Amino acid sequence: MNDTAFEAMRRAVVDGDADAAAAAASAAIAAGIPPLVAIDEGFMPGMKEVGAGFAAGDLFLPDMMLAARAMQRALNVLEPELQKAAVERAVAGRVVIGTVAGDIHEIGKNLVGMLLSTSGFEVHDLGVNVSPERFVAAVQEHRADIVGLSALLTTTMTGQRTIIAALQAAGLRPPVKVMVGGAPVTGAWASEIGADGYSEDAMGAVELAKRLVGAGEAAR
Amino acid sequence: MSALPGAPLRPSLRLLGDDLVGRILDEAHELLRDPGVRVQDPEAVALLAGAGAEVAGEVVRIPARLVAAALATAPGSFDLHDRSGAPAVRYGAGVVQFDPGSSGVNVLDPATGDHRPSTADDLVRLVRVAEMLPAYDAQSTAIVCGDVPAGVGDLYRLFLVLLGSAKPIVTGAFSPRGTTAMVDLLALDAGGREALAARPRAVFDVCPSPPLTWTEFGARNLLDLARARVPAEMVSMPLAGGAAPVTLVGSVVQHAAECLAGVVIHQLAGPGAPIVWGGAPSIVDMRTGVTPMGAIETAMLDVAYAQVGRALGLPTHGYLGATDGKVLDAQAGLESGIGALVGALAGIDLISGAGMLDSLRCQSAEKLVLDAEGIAMARRLLGGVATPTATLATAMIRAAGPEARFLEQPETRRLFRGEQLLPSPVIDRASLRAWEDEGRPDTRARARERVEELLAAYRRPALDPGVEAAMTDLVRAVGVPHGLAADLPGVAAARA
Repeated sequence: MNDTAFEAMRRAVVDGDADAAAAAASAAIAAGIPPLVAIDEGFMPGMKEVGAGFAAGDLFLPDMMLAARAMQRALNVLEPELQKAAVERAVAGRVVIGTVAGDIHEIGKNLVGMLLSTSGFEVHDLGVNVSPERFVAAVQEHRADIVGLSALLTTTMTGQRTIIAALQAAGLRPPVKVMVGGAPVTGAWASEIGADGYSEDAMGAVELAKRLVGAGEAAR
Repeated sequence: MSALPGAPLRPSLRLLGDDLVGRILDEAHELLRDPGVRVQDPEAVALLAGAGAEVAGEVVRIPARLVAAALATAPGSFDLHDRSGAPAVRYGAGVVQFDPGSSGVNVLDPATGDHRPSTADDLVRLVRVAEMLPAYDAQSTAIVCGDVPAGVGDLYRLFLVLLGSAKPIVTGAFSPRGTTAMVDLLALDAGGREALAARPRAVFDVCPSPPLTWTEFGARNLLDLARARVPAEMVSMPLAGGAAPVTLVGSVVQHAAECLAGVVIHQLAGPGAPIVWGGAPSIVDMRTGVTPMGAIETAMLDVAYAQVGRALGLPTHGYLGATDGKVLDAQAGLESGIGALVGALAGIDLISGAGMLDSLRCQSAEKLVLDAEGIAMARRLLGGVATPTATLATAMIRAAGPEARFLEQPETRRLFRGEQLLPSPVIDRASLRAWEDEGRPDTRARARERVEELLAAYRRPALDPGVEAAMTDLVRAVGVPHGLAADLPGVAAARA
């Protein structure tokens, strides 16, 4: 019987149907399915399926974004139940993400944020044109493990260096890891400015974030 | 709710005003009266004489009323069918379609990059790649197989295409009587001569010789095809400045005169039989005398004569999308892409030429996959700008909000496939880093990889074993006296 419920959850995410995802989440609560089980066995498999389809070139950015949005809607419904039950969803890591000052491009950043969020990270998206001070404040406020810095322009990517310096000055480095991304960013640039990693694409960013969190834990 | 205003345009390209089309046809008629057309097949001459043409030796003067009568019976549209009998190439329907270029004598060897004489095995490979690419609405008998005796070469390559493909086929005979056995072979595939006439699968290219000559070969093919009611496609080749007037418009007049004469001969033998107003013209490069298929003027000649053919109410064909370059380089992409685009904009029903390098001498599977991308781009352009939403933008912009959340709009997912062409990996849109990580593949390397993928994914279309055996028997019976090897070159590869 739960199999039918899980299938509805998976389907809602794969279809990118946010209303159906919310309904499936509510139905899970009504049926007494523990929220964590609904997430892990219902919604996450759908997200993984979409991610695999995207990586294989069978699915596209809109499929991915709609799936992530559906997943988010389901999580919103389930979140109060988790709190009621005093269960904390195991968070893979806390990420603060944003596009650097002077730059208003956010497609890549949004995609990375969505994917991190649906992969179990707690994501705080600061939006675009974010100043170094706001990054530092957000990292402190949310006790972030990782900061993700996006820049699309060669003229704004130098802002990534400024933010790393600001994190350093605030005494947050090295425990807080920095990942950088954006069209002009390279591995060489990431090393040059002292970032902990960069990824070519959004899927790779999730893998990178998992690695960085693992490395952080090992160091502690 | 009333229809909202603002229809998009279907893009098109025309080079001739209506009055100039009229003038071209007037001069073409004038040429048919004086100097007339040379017709080198006695039966064709007798048919023309019997219908009222003035004959002096092989010179035939064709009066306008014979032309008018032929144009009245020639169909304005017809279809080629796939093996299942479904219409797959629609002539005269306002649809632009493509097939690989025919009759290369070399192939671009994928391993060495050399141009080497083509073999039966090469044709099998080309057919498989073209079968897998939706860009190609039809197959062609794309090369001459050097390991097959010339006397049976036309029949044999059609046989190999039939073994490996379910698509319609553009083919042609190598000799005056060559269509006979080929029509027999097609009838086996179709389930009899009547079925073949009702649902033809192949069209035969038939060539007049410039200027104004229907040789025994061309005329005989027209007669035999008209009687079998198997479609004929006239491939007139005015070579501007060499075998035709140097002016583009003058070459179009010559093309029209040759093709009008062809329609008359054809319709006298088989009134109502399908015939196509086609060609493979070119300019002559005055530096060397070569006839460049990638020249822009060559494309302009096709656009212009196709416009004349359409004005006459006939289906059209062109020879574009080929290059004079020797490898898959920038010139090949440039000339082939422009040719396909210009031909598509001209609304030509069937455009042959894809895959061809070296001025139609060399065929390449790798170029077929590259040209398929240019063809897809041309088709996308023809599709034009669509208006699939109630408001053009307002609803989507409001829904996306200032954060530009367009990617998350269900409309984006619903509509992007219709709005955007998704090219194959032959078209490189990767980042510089990703491209470097892949080993910096150039066009040729990407095309080679795609060919290998297509070959691996190819599955031979179903062919009734009894029909295949009968076709094999026919080919063997006709071919062995010509010296065809008993082990039938290419057949093992085709059946693998």
